[in-house]
Amino acid sequence: MLFPSILFKNEDDIKRQPVEEFAFFSDLNLNQIIDSITAGKEEYNLNPFFYTALRDVETVYYRHEVMRDMENETLMGQIKVFAERMASVRRNLGLVEKLDFNYHKKGWFLEATRVYCDAMTDLAHNLSQVNLKSSGLLAFREYVTGYFKSHGFQSLLAEGKGVKDGLSDLQYCVIVQSGKFSVQRYDGEADYSAKVENIFEKFRQGAVKDYRVDLHKRSGMNHIEAKILDFVSRLYPEQFAVLDLFCADHNQFMDPAISTFDREIQFYVAYLEFVSNIKRKGLTFCYPQVSTTNRELYNYAGFDLALAHSLAYTEMPVVCNDFFLREPERIIVVSGPNQGGKTTFARTFGQLHYLASLGCPVPGRKAQLFLYDRIFTHFEREENIHNLRGKLQDDLVRIHDILTRATSNSILIVNEMFVSTTLKDAVFLNKAIMARVIELDLLCVSVTFIDELTSLSKKTVSMVSTVVPENPAERTFKIVRKPADGMAYALSIAKKYRLTYEQIKERIKL
Amino acid sequence: MKVFLMYPDQDFNLKQSLPPNEASLTQDLELNTIFEAMALGDKFLFEVAKQTILSSLDAPDVISYRQEILKDCLENPTIVREIYCIPIEVIKSKRQHWIGFSLRHPGGILSRSIAMLQLFIDPLKKLRRIADEHAEKFNSEGFTRFFALIRQELSDDYFTVVENHLKQLRFRSGVLISAQLGKGNEGVNYVLRKRNRLDSHWLKRIFAKQPPVYSFTLPSRDYRGASVLGELKDRGVNLVANALAQSADHINSFLSMLRVELAFYIGSLNLSEQLVQQGGTITIPKPVPACERHHSFTGLYDAALALTMKQKVVGNDVYADNKDVAVITGANQGGKSTFLRSIGVAQLMMQCGMFVPAELFSANLCRGLFTHFKREEDASMESGKFAEELGRMSTIVDAVRPDALVLFNESFAATNEREGSEIAWQILRALLERRIKVFFVTHLYELARRAYEKKMENAIFLRAVRQQDGRRTFKLSEAEPLQTSYGVDVYNKVWETDILNGLSSGSITSEA
Repeated sequence: MLFPSILFKNEDDIKRQPVEEFAFFSDLNLNQIIDSITAGKEEYNLNPFFYTALRDVETVYYRHEVMRDMENETLMGQIKVFAERMASVRRNLGLVEKLDFNYHKKGWFLEATRVYCDAMTDLAHNLSQVNLKSSGLLAFREYVTGYFKSHGFQSLLAEGKGVKDGLSDLQYCVIVQSGKFSVQRYDGEADYSAKVENIFEKFRQGAVKDYRVDLHKRSGMNHIEAKILDFVSRLYPEQFAVLDLFCADHNQFMDPAISTFDREIQFYVAYLEFVSNIKRKGLTFCYPQVSTTNRELYNYAGFDLALAHSLAYTEMPVVCNDFFLREPERIIVVSGPNQGGKTTFARTFGQLHYLASLGCPVPGRKAQLFLYDRIFTHFEREENIHNLRGKLQDDLVRIHDILTRATSNSILIVNEMFVSTTLKDAVFLNKAIMARVIELDLLCVSVTFIDELTSLSKKTVSMVSTVVPENPAERTFKIVRKPADGMAYALSIAKKYRLTYEQIKERIKL
Repeated sequence: MKVFLMYPDQDFNLKQSLPPNEASLTQDLELNTIFEAMALGDKFLFEVAKQTILSSLDAPDVISYRQEILKDCLENPTIVREIYCIPIEVIKSKRQHWIGFSLRHPGGILSRSIAMLQLFIDPLKKLRRIADEHAEKFNSEGFTRFFALIRQELSDDYFTVVENHLKQLRFRSGVLISAQLGKGNEGVNYVLRKRNRLDSHWLKRIFAKQPPVYSFTLPSRDYRGASVLGELKDRGVNLVANALAQSADHINSFLSMLRVELAFYIGSLNLSEQLVQQGGTITIPKPVPACERHHSFTGLYDAALALTMKQKVVGNDVYADNKDVAVITGANQGGKSTFLRSIGVAQLMMQCGMFVPAELFSANLCRGLFTHFKREEDASMESGKFAEELGRMSTIVDAVRPDALVLFNESFAATNEREGSEIAWQILRALLERRIKVFFVTHLYELARRAYEKKMENAIFLRAVRQQDGRRTFKLSEAEPLQTSYGVDVYNKVWETDILNGLSSGSITSEA
């Protein structure tokens, strides 16, 4: 029986996994998000999964189903335990490759099979108990049940236990003298440490420093320990003969489909772990409706995931914003005070669409998003000394390049284009570019300081960053749908004495 | 085993953080002079003196616990100094004995601990002897319990058992360790074992079936192998090394605590001997709970001044019970600052359980002592002098709590008198309403007058006395604030204000 993939419904997609991030990742801070999601999970090489945007609605919903199942905390916990054990199996097998002494290698090989058997036994049991709804996990459960009952696995399980029990029961003694040692069977000799501890108990009071040296050594065996193990194998020959036989019989014990699942399921684990930290701030995520045709979009209480992640362990609030587009609207033009959250809003729009195309839940209470073919971004670039074109020309070359490649199924995010030129030129150029965008029928978010852009056509929607009415210096970071008002503000703070009669009485509490 | 000579129920913590205004207190009250007199050149005594005096006690029972022990010390100075020498000598010989024991290996820890325990045996025996001979000369709860503890815990039998085991733990005939096979067939569960006794009858020994033994001798140049054997031995002795090291630590810390907790009394003995030699008197003060208001004394003098002048200095008598504020005015160089210092120093000395330089002294405890003294102009000071004063005041306000004591010495005089008085008055009023006790030495006549005219029952007004011939007695007496403090010229010169004009016309005017 075959089990192809918990991530991909079509085999074609499996092959199409880019290993590099897209150009727009850094503009949208998606690289930060993905790096945070996959941090600590390097051994699974998850980044290619997060670089693979899906284009068919079917696979997006296939993942939604699995993701919803994985939101069950019991199942999530069980999968994590399984993953830890599989990692331990891999570590042990890696160790075997590096070791020098026969019974040392075989000892670690035995250990690897024990951990693998534990992992599989628990997984088979746990999956049979849990309520699953996704077609992906249901198919995997069926596969695991069959594998667990197979003769190959059952003999690995039973024989391994017998060998291990035999070895664990052995007890031996080493007599260490200067320059030599002897090994013999243990013969009931009494514990001397306990006796000494008892005598000196009187002087060990209160909070004492622990002088026990942590003698935990890295796995490994030097020639002396190997010699001791050799002596032990001679003292107890039967137990070691059984170990030899076991290792020969179970040379390749790992099932390839299980290994694949172990890697792929980490896509869900990683994303949900990442999201759970952010949910603790009271932020919500939702499974978006996606479509390759419907361009009526909305997202309520969405937020910048990279920003939310960086504020996850602070007291600072994350501001949520809403947007919607109804036919024939395609373009959101964002203007308003600086430092008011305009760029964050634009990034959020891009992030939402990208995350939706991964089949992941997205920031927000409710969302309908577009399954695009490509995302393009045009953010301000640092002056580049190797680039002999001027900044204005560079901007123009880049946007030209974008508009040549974009299709009516693409998404474009523009942040403050042509700021390096005069206002008059900027207005002209922006208008010209927007006309092209309108013509191409692109979905677009454009952040700009040019008010005229907000009302170019029926396709454009004006949204504005806002301030607290009583205190214009304070930002709300709310972006709301309304006509541009062209105001800009600066902050100032005043300091005061705190030593008047009233203030001191306020400061010193009875 | 606990020393408990500083607290009835806890160790003295030499590392406890001092109040944040430690530096100001030390500077304003000339505390270093006191510390030095207590230390007589000994850095450790200095440290303990500083730590103790600056960490005021709030609890009257702990203060009297120390006062009782201090009385014992003043009566038996020779014996107390002899006990103090015991930990000092241990420290000295420790320095000579072990440098170079590695603490990274249990084997090293074990050898070091055996050596340390061996070293402790004689000093502990000496302590026992002193306890046996002199215990009945001490009456305080602290010393009585201390001597009883020594006699009970350090019996002759116990010394014998310990010395025997120290011998056995040298493992002359090898270390026997049992083990099992863990993950990867690597050895685990190392347990140090005591060898089985051989069967006593030689015939039985010969005919008993010998169990198999495999032995290996390291090639002579196998240094790596030798170090591995050392590690194996370490696994075996890890627990006994821990037990011995903890015991050695405990005795060591007992001896260290003995040194720390006696150091305060040794310092007090040193100080009292110097003061008495100069003809000064000392008294055990009578503390009153912090919620009450007492401040009554006779012959209170500034110990720092006496130590500096190396002679007897003038003392003051004041009865300021039920007063929240004392406003001190009067002649320049008339002893106002000295008086204020003696108030602060006496408070600190009382609240650490010491004697006080006076004939009689009683005061309420305070929760925190703060000083706001005028400072010399500092070249590095970026902010102006007045801003600097306000900054320091703000820091005090941050830290001060009800029932604290704040000593002001010519504060807020860095601006003109009217502004200074107004600010000082607001501060003073707020502090008093927050139940904070204040001693305010001031030249700000308007401030003093405003306080006086309020006829507050909880205020006392003291004045530095100036005799008709202009000589100063350095004595303060209770009196209405005077309009001039006789030092207008000096004041004018230093503070560059022009109140001289205002005063000469009989009233204070705010001239541009």
